[in-house]
Amino acid sequence: MSVPPAQRTAPLGVVIGALASLREAILPAVAIAFSGIGSGSRLAVALGVGLAAVLVGTLARYLAWRRLTYTIGPADIRVEKGLISRTARAVPYERIQDVSLEARLVPRLLGLVAVRFETGAGGAEDIKLEYLSAAEGERLRQLVRARREGAPDEGPPADGAGQGEAGEQVLFAMGPRRLLTLGLFEFSLAVFAALGGLLQYLDNVSSIDVWNVELWRGWIERQGSTIARLGPYAQAAAVIAGLIGLALIGFATGVVRSFVRDWGFVSSLSPRGFRRQRGLFTRTDVVMPRHRVQALVIGTGPLRYRFGWHDLRFVSLAQDFGSENHMVAPLARMAEIGAIAEAAGYRLPGPGLAWHRASRRHLADSVLLQSGALALIAVPVALYAPFGLSFIVLGLAVVVAALNLYAWEFRRHGIDGDQIVTTTGFLSPTTRIAKRARLHSVEIAQGPLGRWRGYATLHLGLAGGTLAIPGLALAEARGLRAAILETITAAAPAARRAVPADQAMSAAQSGLSASLRAT
Amino acid sequence: MDHAPAAPSPAAEAKAAPRLAADADEAALTRLHPHYAHALRIEALLAAIPALVAALVIEAALRDAALLPPGLIAGAVLVVALVLVIRVPLRRWQARGYHLGADRLRVVRGVLWHSDTIVPFSRVQHIDVSQGPLERLFGIATLTLHTAGTHNASVALPGLAEETARAMREAIRAHIRREEL
Repeated sequence: MSVPPAQRTAPLGVVIGALASLREAILPAVAIAFSGIGSGSRLAVALGVGLAAVLVGTLARYLAWRRLTYTIGPADIRVEKGLISRTARAVPYERIQDVSLEARLVPRLLGLVAVRFETGAGGAEDIKLEYLSAAEGERLRQLVRARREGAPDEGPPADGAGQGEAGEQVLFAMGPRRLLTLGLFEFSLAVFAALGGLLQYLDNVSSIDVWNVELWRGWIERQGSTIARLGPYAQAAAVIAGLIGLALIGFATGVVRSFVRDWGFVSSLSPRGFRRQRGLFTRTDVVMPRHRVQALVIGTGPLRYRFGWHDLRFVSLAQDFGSENHMVAPLARMAEIGAIAEAAGYRLPGPGLAWHRASRRHLADSVLLQSGALALIAVPVALYAPFGLSFIVLGLAVVVAALNLYAWEFRRHGIDGDQIVTTTGFLSPTTRIAKRARLHSVEIAQGPLGRWRGYATLHLGLAGGTLAIPGLALAEARGLRAAILETITAAAPAARRAVPADQAMSAAQSGLSASLRAT
Repeated sequence: MDHAPAAPSPAAEAKAAPRLAADADEAALTRLHPHYAHALRIEALLAAIPALVAALVIEAALRDAALLPPGLIAGAVLVVALVLVIRVPLRRWQARGYHLGADRLRVVRGVLWHSDTIVPFSRVQHIDVSQGPLERLFGIATLTLHTAGTHNASVALPGLAEETARAMREAIRAHIRREEL
C-alpha cells in the first residue's frame, strides 16, 4: 500500500489566525492609548504595539500552519506539529468516537470548519484540525466513519423526507416560534454579571475608579434626592418601572441566547447515527452513533413543565461542547420526545410500568432529620429571639416535612423489558431511562443510618453519566441488582462466558488456596 | 505490631455477610489476607505519630499556663490513636471481603459507610495490580478493575495476597474482549 501523502490544513486558516491576533492586539493597544505611556505620542505607540502584535501573531500562525501536517493513514489519523519540538500523534480509527464539525462565524464566512476527532478522553486529548474547507471536513467525517465501521451495515431508511445526507430522517426541528418560547423560559439576569465584569475591565484600563464608593454614593444621592422630591407615587412608579425593565432584560437575554445557540436546530437520524445541527453564528454539526447512546435524560423546568414542555438529552461518553449530555431536543412535547426515544431504541415509561418508591423508613428518616433540625433550631429561637419568630421556624419544619412527603410520591423507579427508569422531582420532574445491559457496575451503598434502618442507595455505573436510586429497602436493592446483573451477563455473548472462564476460574482458585495456605 | 489479628470467629463471619439470601450474589465472601490488617495498622500508626507529636508540643507549651490538668490533651490523643491503630484496622479488615463469581466480582467494604459493588467481567475495561511500599513489605497487592461507568470508574480491591491478585487478574482478563460502548 502506498504511503498516503501528508496534508496541510486550509491556507485561509492563516487569515483567520491573523484576524484573531488583530482582535487580541486591540485591547492592549487601547489600554496603552488610555494610559500615560509615551505621553504625547501615545497614540503612535499604541498603533505600533498593536501592529507589532498582529505581525508577530500572524507570523506565528503562519509558521504553525506550515509545520502542521495530517495524514489520513490506512489504520489511523496522524497529526504532526510543532515549530521546534515536533509532536506526532496517531489516533486509530476505532478509537475515534465521532468527528464533529464546528463553524464559528468568521471561518463560516470563509467556508471553513474546525474538525475535531473525539476520542472520548475529553477535550484536551482530542485531535483538532483548524481549519479545513467544509467539503474536506465532511469528506473526512465520512471517511472516518467508513473506516471505523467497515461498510455501513444498516440500510438507509427509504424515507426521502430528510435533507442533507442520503437517507436522513428529520426527527426534531425548531422553528423561530418554538425558539421564542424556549427563550422566554430561559429568563436570565446573567447580563448583569457580565456588566459587572465589564465594569471591572473598565476599571483596569481607564482612569475611572469604578469601585470608588464615594463616586457612586454621590451619584445615587443626586439621583435619589431628585426622586425623593417627586413624592411616594412617583417613587413607587420608579420601582415598578425598574422591575419591568429588569424583567424585560431578563427575557431578552433568554431569547437572544436561545436564538444564538439553537437557531435552525435540527435533530435527524441518518444511517450513521443521530445528527444535530444548530447555531446562528457558530454552526455546529455533531453526529452521535446510535449505539453510543447510553441513556436518555428527559428534563424540564419548573415553569415550562406547567406548559407541558420537556427537553431530551442523550448520555454518552462523548462530551457535547463542554456540557455533560448531548442535547437532542431543547423544548419538545412528550409525543415528540417519545418518537426520538423510539428511534434510539428506547421506550418511554408507559402506563404498564410498575413503579416502585423509596422505602418508607427512608422517607420517615429524612423527614425526621430535616424537620427535626429545624425544630431544634426553634428552641433557642423561642428562648432568646422576639416572640413569634420561633413559630416561623416551626412552620418551616412543617413545610419541609410536607415537601418531603410530597416529593416522595414523585421519586419513583421501575424496570421494564430491558430498561431501568427513574423519575425524581415534583417541581420539574426528570426522568432517566437506561438500558440495563448498558450498565457497567452495580453498587449497594449504605450509611450508618441506612444500615440501622435497612435501606440503601443503588448506584449504577453508567458511561458518561450517573444513575442512582436512593432510599431503597435493602431487599429491593438486592433484587434490583440481581435483575440488572442478569441482564448484563445475559447480554454478553455466550462464547465469552463459557470455556475460558472456567479455566481461568480454576487458576484463580488455585491462587486463592495458595494464599489461604500462606495464612 | 506482631500480634496476629484474631482468627475470624463465627460471629465476625456473620457480621461480614449479614444476610444470606438465596441469590448467588449473596454467597459467602472471601476474606482478605490477614496481612492487610497489619498494613492498615502501620498506615494508621504513621498517621497518628504527627498528631501525637503535636499533642506533646501543645502540652509542653501550655504547661506554664496551667489551663488544663497536665496530660489531658496528650492522653486524649493517645487514647484516640490507640483505638485507631488497634481496633479500627481490625474492624475495617473484618468489614471487607470479596467474591469471585463465574462472571462477576463482588467487592464489599466499609464499617460505617458500607458498600457492596458488583462488576460483571464483561464490563471491565482494564485491570491493574498495584503494590505500594507497605503492601510490598507485607506481600499483598491491590487489584483495581476499571469500568467505563462514571460512578465506580475504578473498583479497588486491596489486601489480596500478591499471587492471588495476579491469578484473579488473569481470570478476569480472560473475559475481557473488546466491546463497543
